[in-house]
Amino acid sequence: MRPLLVYPDPPPPQLAQMLDLAGTPWKAVANASIAMAQEPADGWGGAVIVADDDAEGAFGVCRALRRGDAKLDAVLLLITGMQLADLEHREDLFDDFCLNPFQPRELEARLRHLRFRAGHGSDPQLGSYGELVLNFETYQAMIDERPLDLTYMEYELLKFFVTHPGKVFTREQLLSRVWGYEYYGGARTVDVHVRRLRAKLGEEHANLIQTVRSVGYLFGSTRWGAGAGASGPT
Amino acid sequence: MEPQAEYVLRTVEERGVRFVRLWFTDVLGKLKSFSITPAELETALEEGMTFDGSAIEGYTRVQESDMLARPDATTFELLPWRGSEAAVGRMFCDITHFDGTPFAGDPRNVLKRNLARARERGFTFFVSPEMEYFYFRSEHDPTPLDDGGFFDLTTQDIASELRKQTIITLEAMGIPVEYSFHENGPSQHEIDLRYNDALSMADNVMTFRLVVKEVARLHNVHATFMPKPIAGAFGSGMHTHLSLFDGEANAFHEPDNEFGLSKTGQSFIAGLLRHGREITAVTNQWVNSYKRLVMGYEAPVFVCWARNNRSALVRVPPAKQAHAGDATRIEYRAPDPACNPYLAFSAMLAAGMRGVEQGYELPPEATNNIFEMTPEQRSAEGIGALPTSLDEAIDAMEGSELMAETLGDHVYEYFLRNKRAEWDEYKLQVTPWELTRFLGEL
Repeated sequence: MRPLLVYPDPPPPQLAQMLDLAGTPWKAVANASIAMAQEPADGWGGAVIVADDDAEGAFGVCRALRRGDAKLDAVLLLITGMQLADLEHREDLFDDFCLNPFQPRELEARLRHLRFRAGHGSDPQLGSYGELVLNFETYQAMIDERPLDLTYMEYELLKFFVTHPGKVFTREQLLSRVWGYEYYGGARTVDVHVRRLRAKLGEEHANLIQTVRSVGYLFGSTRWGAGAGASGPT
Repeated sequence: MEPQAEYVLRTVEERGVRFVRLWFTDVLGKLKSFSITPAELETALEEGMTFDGSAIEGYTRVQESDMLARPDATTFELLPWRGSEAAVGRMFCDITHFDGTPFAGDPRNVLKRNLARARERGFTFFVSPEMEYFYFRSEHDPTPLDDGGFFDLTTQDIASELRKQTIITLEAMGIPVEYSFHENGPSQHEIDLRYNDALSMADNVMTFRLVVKEVARLHNVHATFMPKPIAGAFGSGMHTHLSLFDGEANAFHEPDNEFGLSKTGQSFIAGLLRHGREITAVTNQWVNSYKRLVMGYEAPVFVCWARNNRSALVRVPPAKQAHAGDATRIEYRAPDPACNPYLAFSAMLAAGMRGVEQGYELPPEATNNIFEMTPEQRSAEGIGALPTSLDEAIDAMEGSELMAETLGDHVYEYFLRNKRAEWDEYKLQVTPWELTRFLGEL
């Protein structure tokens, strides 16, 4: 299971205790930039942000996470009853909230529910990036709610990209991770499939897969923003 | 069950696919198809479907007729022109015997065998064909739809609309198009397919020919890949760009060479030139193919290579500087679009690879316009000619140990027998030209 991001560092002892008892891995961070720097290879498994002491700092972290720099599924906010009014106009910063002091059972249930909704419960079935949604169970891919007709290898490549956004992969890496066997086309096959995927994604979304000149490919945006260090579709 | 097979089953279920077409190709390059229902799909994927091979051109004799068509699940695509109601999917098949051994008469198997051979030497083979064809009013009426010329922009041109629809359909089937334009001939069009590994590209060429014909049919127009449908006009070729890759590196590229060609690239060209005559029966397999390979229409006639001379058999197109490493390729200009792409790609690869394996030396570049040379000048420069008829091409292939090995005995023997019969039938014809020319005069 991917670790939860927890703010602040150190977190309230009751929270740490509850997460440990529930067997949830977690990592506390003191601010947004540490959250970016310490992000695990496959992203955070969600976040619990405690707003009691430093509401401004907490909302700041939420905002940074929402900016999409880090791959993150769900943000749960812990606040005191006094802060309810502060939530107004900040609805976009969190997925759910829980009053502090919290009931361990309630917090646990809410976390489970958030993780399930984000498709990262015990049995992940959905992957998504922007308007692109993949159902790992039925092998179907949709963009802008339009189904994509993909071949098996196109689907597998897209799935790999969607589950590893913001990272640059060489052709050889993609070939060994996605194809996993010697293929008639060798490494150049990757180019061919990327081109086919771009054609099927349509002009509007073709740049989801960026060519990184003389390196390989990148899906989605890097944490430095879309297109940085990458050239457009070629 | 393999994940790709499971993928096909789930897609068929999710997308409400009513029929799945199983496609394969006969020795002469004709697309064969039979439909199965989703209920039969699981069996088809796991065990293959039985069919009568004796009904297929170049397959088996009656007494050994039962074969298995085993769908290649990685080729599953929906047919876009069938609409999303009652969707239809298709897969290419490999043909095997009941014990699972590949059937020697299956062109897809022939190509796979040749690609595997190149791969043993560390090479993967990429091709990019330029597909030319004509639109006519009907199958029986070769009246062009327009009189446009090369790159003409004809407005409200039904043919442009057809080409646009064709490209949209191709892209929807994952066949990216590089360029498309109006060609030299009246009603002649060209669509260039972006490079792909040779096996996928051979599948794509089969799909391409069907898509072009289907889209035309929906508009009550006939599309044809006949190499030379109109005497006196340009014929339809399938100039094929070839490259070898060694891992991520283009094996033909050598920045320090004056032509930008590595030793491998040079020997590959030398192989194509030395064995060009032997493979012509396969790259140009019909009586009519040789009506295209004549002087005056930018079709190759002589066996030579050049950088910027379109009358040469092999051309080395200039690669854009920035992409030179990737884009170095050679263009083999003989094939026509009515060939069997599996066999034609196999033959071109084998001829080139023979050059690489034996380290053939690249002959000098043909610099003058070879069409303007006298026969004496040509022979002084060592420039031979391509076969001028199917008859001559069959003779060249018959003496070729390279072609016997490349195609395998089954296909080699069938092909020669079939083509000999075609020539014998043609020989018996008295043509309209002869009647016009001789009936009154003699």
